[in-house]
Amino acid sequence: MSNINKAFANGKAFIPFITCGDPDLQTTLQAVKAAAENGADLIELGIPFSDPTAEGPVIQGANIRALNGGVTTDKIFDLVKEIRKEVFIPMVFMTYANVVFSYGAEKFISTCKEIGIDGLILPDLPYEEKDEFLPVCQKYGVDLISLIAPTSADRISMIAKEAEGFLYIVSSLGVTGTRSEIKTDLASIVKIVRENTNIPCAIGFGISTPEQAKKMSDIADGAIVGSAIIKIIEKYGKDSPKYVGEYVKSMKDAIR
Amino acid sequence: MTNKNGRFGIHGGQYIPETLMNAVIELEEAYNFYKNDKQFNDELTALFNDYAGRPSRLYYAEKMTADLGGAKIYLKREDLNHTGAHKINNVLGQALLAKKMGKTRLIAETGAGQHGVATATAAALMGMECVVFMGEEDTKRQALNVYRMRLLGSEVIPVKTGTATLKDAVSEAMREWTSRIDDTHYCLGSVMGPHPFPTIVRDFQSVISKEIKQQMLEKEGRLPDAVLACVGGGSNAIGSFYHFIEDKDVQLIGCEAAGRGIDTFETAATMNTGSLGIFHGMKSYFCQDKYGQIAPVYSISAGLDYPGVGPEHAYLHDIGRAQYVPVTDEEAVCAFEYLAKTEGIIPAIESAHAVAYAMKLAPTMSKDKIIVITVSGRGDKDCAAIARYRGEDIHE
Repeated sequence: MSNINKAFANGKAFIPFITCGDPDLQTTLQAVKAAAENGADLIELGIPFSDPTAEGPVIQGANIRALNGGVTTDKIFDLVKEIRKEVFIPMVFMTYANVVFSYGAEKFISTCKEIGIDGLILPDLPYEEKDEFLPVCQKYGVDLISLIAPTSADRISMIAKEAEGFLYIVSSLGVTGTRSEIKTDLASIVKIVRENTNIPCAIGFGISTPEQAKKMSDIADGAIVGSAIIKIIEKYGKDSPKYVGEYVKSMKDAIR
Repeated sequence: MTNKNGRFGIHGGQYIPETLMNAVIELEEAYNFYKNDKQFNDELTALFNDYAGRPSRLYYAEKMTADLGGAKIYLKREDLNHTGAHKINNVLGQALLAKKMGKTRLIAETGAGQHGVATATAAALMGMECVVFMGEEDTKRQALNVYRMRLLGSEVIPVKTGTATLKDAVSEAMREWTSRIDDTHYCLGSVMGPHPFPTIVRDFQSVISKEIKQQMLEKEGRLPDAVLACVGGGSNAIGSFYHFIEDKDVQLIGCEAAGRGIDTFETAATMNTGSLGIFHGMKSYFCQDKYGQIAPVYSISAGLDYPGVGPEHAYLHDIGRAQYVPVTDEEAVCAFEYLAKTEGIIPAIESAHAVAYAMKLAPTMSKDKIIVITVSGRGDKDCAAIARYRGEDIHE
C-alpha cells in the first residue's frame, strides 16, 4: 500500500507545492513545517529546473530564484532529511525528467526512498515514456505519479488503469498559474478515472482561492495549489512561512 | 530509421506534458496519411518549385577550389530559396499539413529569425494566423527579421525568460501550444522536439540531399566524397545528409558553433561539449551541468545558439556515421568574409560555419575529391552584426 494513501485519509486532501530553495533552503524548511502544521495532507517539493516548460511565469520565477541561490539536487536531498525530522505527512518531488535522468535514475530514486520521498511527479514524462523511470521507481517503492489533462480524452482510462499513488488531474489547458475560472468538465474526467482505478485523484493548475479549492475537492479527492503559494513566498521572502501556514489553514478549512 | 515512438537508437521520444500528447498523436496520424497522398505531394512540389524556387542550384565554386588547392568544392545554394534559407522547405510542408488538418493558426520559435520569417511567409500565403516567439536578445541581434515578420502579418512575441535566446523561444512556443491546441499547429523549425517533429522536419528538408545527389550525378557522374553543413538543431544538416546515409563512402560532417571555443563556457557545440539528457521533448545530447540544468550557450550565430541537437544527429554521431566538428566565431566570420570576396556569395553566419570547416578540409584532400557545402541561408541579415564584430559601428 502506498504511503501516499495516508494523505487522502483525512477527508479531502490539500496539497501545497513549494519550490525548494526559494528564496533559500532554510525558508523552504520552515514553510514546509508551517504547511504541515496547518493541515497540508501531502507536500509537493519542487526541484528547480532551468527551463521548466510546464510552468507559468510565477513558478518559473521561483525556479530561477532558487537556482540563482545555488540550490542543487544534492542540497535538496539534505533539506528533505532535515524536513523529515519533524514532518511525517507524505511528500513527493515535482521536477523535470532531465533532473532525474542526469543525476542517474537509480541513484536519484534510491535516494528518494532513503530520505522519505514517496513519489515523483514529472510533467514531461507522459504515459508513453514512463518506462524511462518506472522500473526503478517500482524497485524502490517510489510512486511515479501520472497526470491527466483536459485533452486526454480516450487516454484517461489507459493512464488511470496503471496509475500509482494518486492521479494528478490538470484542470486547464496551458501552464501552471492562477486562473479566475476553471472551465474544463472535470466531473466527467473524474468519472472515467473512478471507473478505471481505486487510487485517489487530486486536481491542480489554476487553483488559488478557498472557493475554488472547495469546488475542486467536491469533484475529486483533493486540490493541489502551487502558484498561489509561490506568490506568498515571493512577496514575504524569509518571513513567508507564517503566511504560508495561514494560507494552508484557510484552504484546508474550506475543503475539510 | 525511426522506430517505435520516434526513436533514433536511444535518442528521440516524446517527453512532453500529457496535455500535448493527443496533439502529437493527431499530427503523426495526419502526417502518415498525407506523406503518401498524391495530391498533398503534388501541392507541396508545386509550392517548392513555383513559390520557393526549387530546385536550388548546386554551384561549382571554381575560384574557392583553386584558391584552397585541394578537393573540388560545390555549394548547395539553399540561400537562393524564397525567404533566403532552407527553412522554407520545412515550413511549406508543415503549413500545408496543418491546413489539411484544419488548423488556422501557426505558432513558431525562431533564433536568427529565418524560421520565423519562413513561417510568417507561409502563413501569409495560406491565409493563416501566425505568432512567432523570439528571444528578446535575438530580437535585438536580428531586428530586421522582426520587422520582416511583422510586415508579413505575424505577431512577434519577444521572450524574456532564461537566456532570452532560441531555447527560451522553444520553451515559450511549447507553453503556448499547451494553452491553445484546437486551432493551432506548432510549426517547429528544426529536427528536434518530440516525435514526430524530428521525422517530419527531416523528411521535408531531405529534398536538399535528394537534389544534391541528382545534381551531382548529372555534373560529375558520381557521388561527392563529403557533405558539410552547419548544425544547430540540425535541420539543414539532416536535409543535406539524409539521402547519403546509406552511401557509406560519402563522409557526412556537421559543423557546430563553438562560439569562443569548446574549452570555454561560451560555446554551443553540443556534440563536442554536451552530455546525454532529456529536454524539449527529446532524449539527445545537451549542454548542461551535472545536475541536468541546461547551460546558457553562446554563439555569434543566433541560429546555432541552441543547447541541444536533433535526435537523429545524436544517433548518427553514436554509430559514427556522421562526424561533428566545432567551428569558432572567429573562424566563421573569416569564412563569411572569404566566401563574399572569393565567390561573391554572402552566406548566413550559420552557413559560414560549414564553409569554415571546408576551408580546413579541402586543402587536405586531393584534387579528384569532391566536397559539397550546404549554404543554408544568405547573410544579408548578418552584415550589421559582423561589421560590429569587426569593430565597425553600423546599424540596420
